[in-house]
Amino acid sequence: MRLDTPLAMFAALAMMLCTALPAFAQSAADDERAKALFGELRCVVCQNQSILDSDADVARDLRSIVREQLDAGRTDDEIKTFLVDRYGEFILLKPVFSAHTLLLWIAPLLFIGVGGFLVLRVLARRSSTEQPAAALSAEEEQRIAVLLQRGDGDHAS
Amino acid sequence: MTVELGHVALIIACALALYQSVVPIFAASRGDVRLAATADWTSTGILVFTGLSFASLVYAYALSDFSVINVWQNSHSQMPYLYKLTGTWGNHEGSMLLWVLILALFAAAVAVFGGNLPFRLKAYVLAVQGWLLSTFFLFILLTSNPFLRQPPAPEGRDLNPILQDIGLAIHPPMLYLGYVGFSITFAFAVAALLEGKIEPAWARWVRPWALAAWVFLTAGISMGSYWAYYELGWGGWWFWDPVENASFLPWLTGTALLHSALVMERRDAMKIWTVLLAILTFGLSLLGTFLVRSGVLTSVHSFASDPQRGLFILAILVAFVGGALLLFAWRSPRLQIGGMFAPISREGALVVNNLLLCAAAGTVLLGTLYPVVYEAVTGGKISVGPPFFNLTFSPLMLPLIFLVPFGPLLAWKKGDLNGAAQRLGFALLAALLVIVLVGGFVKPGNWLAPLVMGLAVWLMVGAFAEVWQRSTAGGSGASLILRRASGLPRSMWSTALAHFGVGVTLMGIVCVTAYETETVAVMKPGDVVQVNRYALRFESVEKVDGPNFTGEKAVLTVLDGDRNVATALPSKRFYPARQMPTSEAAIETFVFSQLYIALGEVRPDGSVSLRIWWKPQVVLIWLGSIFMVVGGAFSLSKRRASVRAKSRSAAVAPQGAEHAT
Repeated sequence: MRLDTPLAMFAALAMMLCTALPAFAQSAADDERAKALFGELRCVVCQNQSILDSDADVARDLRSIVREQLDAGRTDDEIKTFLVDRYGEFILLKPVFSAHTLLLWIAPLLFIGVGGFLVLRVLARRSSTEQPAAALSAEEEQRIAVLLQRGDGDHAS
Repeated sequence: MTVELGHVALIIACALALYQSVVPIFAASRGDVRLAATADWTSTGILVFTGLSFASLVYAYALSDFSVINVWQNSHSQMPYLYKLTGTWGNHEGSMLLWVLILALFAAAVAVFGGNLPFRLKAYVLAVQGWLLSTFFLFILLTSNPFLRQPPAPEGRDLNPILQDIGLAIHPPMLYLGYVGFSITFAFAVAALLEGKIEPAWARWVRPWALAAWVFLTAGISMGSYWAYYELGWGGWWFWDPVENASFLPWLTGTALLHSALVMERRDAMKIWTVLLAILTFGLSLLGTFLVRSGVLTSVHSFASDPQRGLFILAILVAFVGGALLLFAWRSPRLQIGGMFAPISREGALVVNNLLLCAAAGTVLLGTLYPVVYEAVTGGKISVGPPFFNLTFSPLMLPLIFLVPFGPLLAWKKGDLNGAAQRLGFALLAALLVIVLVGGFVKPGNWLAPLVMGLAVWLMVGAFAEVWQRSTAGGSGASLILRRASGLPRSMWSTALAHFGVGVTLMGIVCVTAYETETVAVMKPGDVVQVNRYALRFESVEKVDGPNFTGEKAVLTVLDGDRNVATALPSKRFYPARQMPTSEAAIETFVFSQLYIALGEVRPDGSVSLRIWWKPQVVLIWLGSIFMVVGGAFSLSKRRASVRAKSRSAAVAPQGAEHAT
């Protein structure tokens, strides 16, 4: 990695902070709900980590914000809305379902649907134009005879 | 001096590649066999000169020659010798040189082993490989030259510490063998389009090379995953990170290619589709290279990014893949469609396999690129992370895994679904048993995880249904069964092993995802913490002095009851040359499960904070990939044996057989 631009240096610094050390939860309380939320929130300065995995200061701050909000009795959605207002949609590792992410979320159905349709169409067209297999040429007959004579067992998948 | 020789060798290789890009096509168009044969010599020459070039760079690294900028930037005189050598490809320039060396290796393989290929096909294939080679030689020489000099510096800037690891010694070469291996299938696809027909020799060649590339890619991805798991220090083994996705995409389409090539080889069907898949798979390999280098996407893995070079690679990507796809659109209508089959048949099953794998690849690709495109179009920033991929990928993969055991039990052309289902009765029984046992008694409460575990067992047992039934068909004596089992076609075994491996990996994934536990503890010497059935006693903190780092390690005794079963030494290191801290987790393996211990803060009073995970059955994730690799390699070994037998008999067979069709 070259450190000759400020951006690269910043990236290197962020990577040091984020990847070098494992994250340590501030409190030992094993709150499943908090954990699930941590896993869906991005450490906004890190290379590509959730705040569950990261040990960067930002991730720590975000974790304590989430904890405070949980203690205050907010729902998951309220907490996410709160964070999106502050940090933008970038913080959500699980994108919202809305007009600008519609294509993303329906992608699997779209691929299966379009792919399946094309497969069916090709198969249908082929069976309608099915023709009897062409007779073998003399040359091919001869090759088959050679192959049979050789009797190799190379017939499985 | 050797460095300059390496530089010159690279330029010679580039010149040879330029020759190879043009001459074979010209020779093929004139039917000049002797002129076309010169491409055999150039591809061997390219391999030799690229090899010399690479060796000279390795030599510079071995000597810690800090007058070479690349060595100075990425090495350190006090670094362990092994990492000095592997550091050669732990950076952009060196890894590109390795990339192109492997490309040259595969091109030479076609020249050397391709004696039985039709003359025109071989000429086209070698020319396409010439295009690829010369493009990447030029890329290295113009933008990423590792042989540039500077006034000698007293000390190097060290290799990125997280890359100073044995995992890095073998994982990138494996991955590249996989990525670049698909260049052969790409070259064959483009050659078939140029020629306007697909010969039987085409199918015979494409499948083994796709299989070989797939074997390396599987091994490379699996090693990369294990490297991330133990080196990054928070116990994750797959992050749906762009760089991981970049290697996973060609794996998905490569797996599809492997299966469609099977249909093509056996039944002469799905030819056009196979050509398209071959183009797409290599295209995704190139895209992976581009994504990793360009810095377009942020990743936990990236080590060398530079937008300028990224743009160059993007141009290469667009030219090759775009060009190949245009060629496909123009020429593929000329290709003849192949054999017929009923929807319920081995072919039909493989079509479903391809559909699901490609839909999964498409979804992962879209999820990986969506944030980049979205930002370019609207200026807004969004993230697409693991929760999205888990939600969309699993619904596509789980049905596929359910269907896998049926495939090999269906006959070609027209299969018997009821018969196949009956033969899988035992697998179903085993799966139900596991679901009831785990969901009802071992881990009551949550049914999703036991259901997926049942699915994994269904696949593991179902994968061997055919092998088992064929072996026991003639009687039940143990020696008879063994004899019949060893007499079965090798490909049947390799299919069973590879599918079994998928089941094993799935089992590991579901166990660790559903049942792992995490314990965070602040401990003073003498404190004990209980994790699963093991008690961990913290003894002390000790100083560590490495050749190019300093650090501290915690000493923990792992007790099973009263028995001392292990001493765990999680540590933290500091690399002064790069001012970079790293965490070295301690991993203790118990059968297939692991204790994963990471050291956090060390306080002046001698107490430490520790993060301890219990990772049940986690080893199965990588063990499964070993089964897949062995399965693939087994099938290749069979092929080599039969190819040798064929070439022996070809010597006595009437001449001109390869032109017969």
